[in-house]
Amino acid sequence: MVTETDVRKQTRDIIAPLKGRRALLIPAMQAVQQKLGYLPPEAMEEIGELAGVSTNIVYGVATFYAQFRTKPVGRRMVAVCRGNACNVRGSERILETIERALNLKVGETTPDREYSLETIACIGACAMAPAMKMNEETIGKLTTKAVEDLFPKKAKQEGASEK
Amino acid sequence: MAQSNTKHQILVCQGTGCESSKSAKINQALAEEIKRSGLSDTVQVKTTGCHGFCQQGPIVVIEPEGIFYTGVKIEDVPEVVKSYFVEKKPLERLLYHDPTTNKAIPLYKDIPFYSQQHRLILRNCGEINPEEIEDYLARGGYTALKKVISSMQPAQVINEIQRSGLRGRGGAGFPTGKKWEAAYKAKGNPKFVVCNAGAFMDRSVMEADPHSVLEGMTIAAYAVGASQGYIYVLADYHIAMKRFGLAMEEAKKRNLLGKNILGSKFSFDVDISQGAGAWVCGEGRALLLSIEGKRGMPRVRPPLSVDEGLWGLPTCTNNLRTLASVPLIINKGADWFASIGTEGSKGTAVLGLTGKIANNGMVEVPMGTTLRKVIFDIGGGVPGGKRFKAVQTGGPSGGCLPESSLNLPVDFEALSKAGSIMGSGAIAVMDEDTCMVNAAQGFLSFCRDESCGKCVPCREGLPMMVEIMDRITSGKGKPEDISQLLEMSDTLIQGSLCGLGRTAPNPVLTSIRYFRDEWEAHINEKRCPALVCKALTNFYILPDKCQGCGICVRACPADAITGGKRMVHVIDQSKCIKCATCLEKCPPKFSAVKKASGETVEVPKEPVPIAAGAGTK
Repeated sequence: MVTETDVRKQTRDIIAPLKGRRALLIPAMQAVQQKLGYLPPEAMEEIGELAGVSTNIVYGVATFYAQFRTKPVGRRMVAVCRGNACNVRGSERILETIERALNLKVGETTPDREYSLETIACIGACAMAPAMKMNEETIGKLTTKAVEDLFPKKAKQEGASEK
Repeated sequence: MAQSNTKHQILVCQGTGCESSKSAKINQALAEEIKRSGLSDTVQVKTTGCHGFCQQGPIVVIEPEGIFYTGVKIEDVPEVVKSYFVEKKPLERLLYHDPTTNKAIPLYKDIPFYSQQHRLILRNCGEINPEEIEDYLARGGYTALKKVISSMQPAQVINEIQRSGLRGRGGAGFPTGKKWEAAYKAKGNPKFVVCNAGAFMDRSVMEADPHSVLEGMTIAAYAVGASQGYIYVLADYHIAMKRFGLAMEEAKKRNLLGKNILGSKFSFDVDISQGAGAWVCGEGRALLLSIEGKRGMPRVRPPLSVDEGLWGLPTCTNNLRTLASVPLIINKGADWFASIGTEGSKGTAVLGLTGKIANNGMVEVPMGTTLRKVIFDIGGGVPGGKRFKAVQTGGPSGGCLPESSLNLPVDFEALSKAGSIMGSGAIAVMDEDTCMVNAAQGFLSFCRDESCGKCVPCREGLPMMVEIMDRITSGKGKPEDISQLLEMSDTLIQGSLCGLGRTAPNPVLTSIRYFRDEWEAHINEKRCPALVCKALTNFYILPDKCQGCGICVRACPADAITGGKRMVHVIDQSKCIKCATCLEKCPPKFSAVKKASGETVEVPKEPVPIAAGAGTK
């Protein structure tokens, strides 16, 4: 179990090399999230201290940008692109299929913390549309079939269609 | 290794598109195979950036002949090597095949996708190894920077760019020379140059030819008197950042970047600023705030960023493709550049072809090329025998133009007159299966989600507009909805500070302007002509076609289909979630599932035995 003090210490270690940089708030947040997977409240306090801004400001920036998360996420982050090209090539259906396969809605994490699902503005793989990212890997030319193959089929659940 | 005297080169694309098709492993396998075959002295395997034809990836090209292989797999590697280097003939099955004639086209330069392009900004993309500065130097790289530093005053550089007619490639099309002049004259120290690499095409150039961007930035810095640069790129663009970082290191080693560049008094350094994902940061002011580590939001102008930009200091922000054009203009001259393109839009446009188009990818054409030529001659038209319906230019806030607009030239003025924008250069093609109301709603929802929330008409207006459109697509539209949307669009355009709010209504306005009949069908007849809007569409299983095979029953995720073996299956409309799985899974020889909108299809209420003679198994 990671304690609050651990998080503070970890955060300080992660952001120490950035000290003295002119624009360090966002790089510090990115570095911390990269290591911890998300931005816990204590980490935001530490980052604010280093950057010389209030925790409020850090929280404001964290919630403004799509990249930042204030809650822990699953080991595999599935991000479906909803950029223009993907939209035109049917990303909505891809997303619905993933939602059904993982029994998960956008913004949620499976109870076993295996998968998190989110959408992303544009991953810049437009010629491979519709595309998604699973952690660092870009997966393009998605079809509903490809999605079904990608995610281990969960047993059909009672009332799978409930909203 | 770029200067070794090998006879052949095998170029393996490792842009993001091909990389996601596992091209790195192909590169390795090819290198091993060449070694194993004892060809190492004559054949060299080389990594390149994006060729632009991502859909056909992974792409492998054999130079100098220009043999073009598509969709190469690891298993193909031994044959690729053996066929060309031992048996001396290209491997037919991996060649590009013309989609209409199905004839193989062996050479790169003969493929229509390439033969009709005019590649200036993309001049090196797919040709050089982006991780080797020698490759860039061998193709005349950094000669423009040398020329500028050794023989031109900043004012002369600015004058040259002004005379060339170069306009910003990021969307707004502001004259680059004019911006540079303003930044040059602005008072404040230090000054900054910022390169915005926001769009998919920017990413590809950054991955394939990072030095051209760096050279362009450095020339810009010299011209405006900046000492520090930032390149703003999405944190997700890993390959682009890695290659640009390498390029900076290499350039520094050769004194092309850093302190006292090429022995002069001019010093310039660049930092990579990783964007955290906010579409509004494509807007100049929001981008700068994001670099500063704040929430990216626009502001009232003036002051302009060239006067008060990053940390209140003069800042010249240019799009990546604008900057990548600069070295060429310096080397070949303003008159040469101005001879390409149209009266108001000079040079070329890099376009990202996406959507329902046969050849997805990135192309470059002279400004003024018609949309028809881009979509049909280069893009190969609409695949699957479907009819062209609309094209959206410029990104999610671009207008949707109908078939009658296909003769429009791609340039800033013509597109804006038709209700669209040049924007990022994205060209998204929609076919007859697209519902224009639904499409407009999708684009508007995107802008709603990306609104920064500063201007009220954008923050409050977009959700309200989406709500009205939700109503229309779910069959609850009212006749006055259209005029209300038009009025709200007008408020949004007039009352928003930045391009996001001002352009967000474009898809709605053009969709109403060119496809009004579809809107009226939704509102007045509660019908979606393209059979897209779920609330207005139903699925039926036709009793005279169903063979009772049970495939759809098992596949239905909502358990909405009933019917045993040899019984006509029936969809319970109250349970159906309209996911279309049954339509997809029903064997094509039966084609028993029908999608309908605005009509009632007579089907049994309960499963009934299949009629005699309807099937024989």
